[in-house]
Amino acid sequence: MSVTVALAGNPNCGKTTMFNDLTGNSQFVGNWPGVTVEKKEGRLRGHKDVSIMDLPGIYSLSPYSLEEVVSRNYLMNSHPDVILNLVDASNIERNLYLTTQLTEIGIPVVIALNMMDIVRKNGDVIDVKKLSQELGCQIIETSAVKNQGSMEAAEAAVRMAQSGKKTVPQHTFSDRVEKALAEIREIAGNSIPEENSRWYCVKLFERDEKLKEQISLSSDKASKIEGIIAACETELDDDSESIITNERYEYIARVIKDCVHKKRTGMTTSDRIDHIVTNRILALPIFVVVMFIVYYISITTIGDIATGFMNDTLFGEWISPAAKSFLTGIGTADWLTGLIVEGIIGGVGAVLGFVPQMLILFVMLCALEDCGYMARIAFIMDRIFRRFGLSGKSFIPMLIGSGCGVPGVMASRTIEQDRDRKMTIMTTTFIPCGAKMPIVALIAGAIFSGAWWVAPSAYFIGVAAIIISGIILKKTKMFAGEPAPFVMELPAYHVPTVKNVLRGTWERGWSFIKKAGTVILLSSIFVWFASSFGFVDGAFGMVEDIDTSILAVIGSAVAVIFAPLGFGNWQSAVATVLGLVAKEEVVGTFGTLYAVAGDALGMVEEGDFGGLSNIAQHFTYLSAYSFLIFNLLCAPCFAAIGAIKREMNNAKWTWFAIGYQCVFAYTMALMVYQFGLLFTGAGFGVGTVAALIVLIAYIWLLFRKGYDENGARLRAASAVRS
Amino acid sequence: MKTLKEVRCGETVQVKKLEGAGAVKRRIMDMGITKGTDIFVRKVAPLGDPIEVTVRGYELSLRKGDAENILVD
Repeated sequence: MSVTVALAGNPNCGKTTMFNDLTGNSQFVGNWPGVTVEKKEGRLRGHKDVSIMDLPGIYSLSPYSLEEVVSRNYLMNSHPDVILNLVDASNIERNLYLTTQLTEIGIPVVIALNMMDIVRKNGDVIDVKKLSQELGCQIIETSAVKNQGSMEAAEAAVRMAQSGKKTVPQHTFSDRVEKALAEIREIAGNSIPEENSRWYCVKLFERDEKLKEQISLSSDKASKIEGIIAACETELDDDSESIITNERYEYIARVIKDCVHKKRTGMTTSDRIDHIVTNRILALPIFVVVMFIVYYISITTIGDIATGFMNDTLFGEWISPAAKSFLTGIGTADWLTGLIVEGIIGGVGAVLGFVPQMLILFVMLCALEDCGYMARIAFIMDRIFRRFGLSGKSFIPMLIGSGCGVPGVMASRTIEQDRDRKMTIMTTTFIPCGAKMPIVALIAGAIFSGAWWVAPSAYFIGVAAIIISGIILKKTKMFAGEPAPFVMELPAYHVPTVKNVLRGTWERGWSFIKKAGTVILLSSIFVWFASSFGFVDGAFGMVEDIDTSILAVIGSAVAVIFAPLGFGNWQSAVATVLGLVAKEEVVGTFGTLYAVAGDALGMVEEGDFGGLSNIAQHFTYLSAYSFLIFNLLCAPCFAAIGAIKREMNNAKWTWFAIGYQCVFAYTMALMVYQFGLLFTGAGFGVGTVAALIVLIAYIWLLFRKGYDENGARLRAASAVRS
Repeated sequence: MKTLKEVRCGETVQVKKLEGAGAVKRRIMDMGITKGTDIFVRKVAPLGDPIEVTVRGYELSLRKGDAENILVD
């Protein structure tokens, strides 16, 4: 008989470690239908017919958070055979709160009492036998980090499932509440299933909206139940949700008093670390040092060397030339060689080139997360970021994004709240990445004759774009929809385990290669095709010069769109499109299209702007700056788009993000160019009117009333304050 | 009676009443801040918000805006 074990527990209780322990390499990682919550499933090692379903880390089964609803729906609709409830013994009181809810569902529950090594080290004693009696569940002591007990716990769960025994919830509520629950049971009758009637009654008593949607109660019954709840609330002078929560915790406090004996000690090691690390004075300096180390290693030194090696040496010098000479050697047609070498290998190289850097970054992020510092980053930075609708944890994606947007977007994975994460993904690439620097240098050096302020202004524009977007997006209905209370656990510090860090790193890296790979590969092939084929003398074929390519034709057609921004020539359009392959391509393309003698990108990197006057003469100060703004803010390169797609995990949201970035970039460049023209005395024209309309629209978007968490309009004053 | 927001660092207080409604209130209660619970205010973040408290033996951080809904003694 095949058995499905649902692994449930609080965040930070060691669930990931135990899941890895139990399933080894037989894991399948996906997403829960329709949401961006990760879903993991695996086979229990040595048991072909036992599958383990890893539920998201949750504190409760309330109807309010995405993770909790996903878990509830899975338990209610998919009927796993048994729940293996992981309980952090060193934080037992809050962990048992979920247990009291799990035992009500009607699915057998076995408890794995984890982190027992810490409890013993602290000198605390837990009377497991008594606790097991009190809770009505079998309890296995485990220490997943030390590989102790996990297998026994899983096997106990499987035996429990096969025995056909039920878990009967041992806790009862106060007499008054029990009376109300009994009355609700009677009225609901056969509208709710018999085997988990307790769960349904409690949820009905809590006025759980999500549950009410699932069952059909006549309005007569519903109003009778409402009467029962209201009577109970008046008598106990509290709302029903609070009554239930209070009584659960009161019950747990009684159980704990009997079964857990804490040895009173002073500060734990974790307390001592925290005392220094988030100290009011030292916290910020320590934060800066930690961030510097992360950035320095993943972007400046090791990461840069790795990316440089992959892109320039491995793909640029070894694989591409070797493939080219091999294909030419066996007499492959030119176009096919081009497709394979420039299109496919170039495209795949563009993806794989980022992988080592990403892996290095993920090693550090996983370590930060595993040791508990990531939660402290949110604690330290929350005040700044929440003003723009972002999370304190958005800092890391933005910082990393200043090096490379691909790992930057991927770093948003550590943000739990769906809304904050989506907003971070959408805005991270506004920060100028390393590849956008040559564009900045070109404009600053060749057109603004090395003005000092151009480069800093690029960062300023990026930060301003994030702030403006944050405020605007926060006020839209789709981002106001889900409330994200910042009530966050600060887990105890512990030494990160090598196994967890490496596995976390590999999972993230691999999912990028798989999902982003398809997008980048297809896009690269398309751009390669468009830039190397075209019509010459009425015949379609491969072209030598990009001037005659399909891309140039497309460029001329779309150039008119950029005319209001001041760079409505086909060369700029083509350069912008090729910038999607990699942003530094913009400079190289300009070099080719404007017949610069030599390698334009190389010249920019060396600071030799004299030879770039061919490019400079096609721009005015204004059109150059407008071009810069558009290219800094518009859709990032294909690799970053792939990362956005991976993290959004939803085509609609990916397109929305890309579309938003392009529209934002276009309108910003439009305003700068048109108002610039106006102030330099070019007179009032149609473009000025358009820019004015855009400006008014932005002012409205920034200062309009927002929506509250229920989708209702807020008063203007409170919208600004919140 | 005062709110948790007004409690100084290093003080221990007892929860008397929770105001507000909906998701945030439920979340605060789910995390163990219920009537009668002892809360030790541990520290304030370097930028002045949020605060860190010890409740039911673990560390929890919450914003001052939410702490305002927690009446304590």
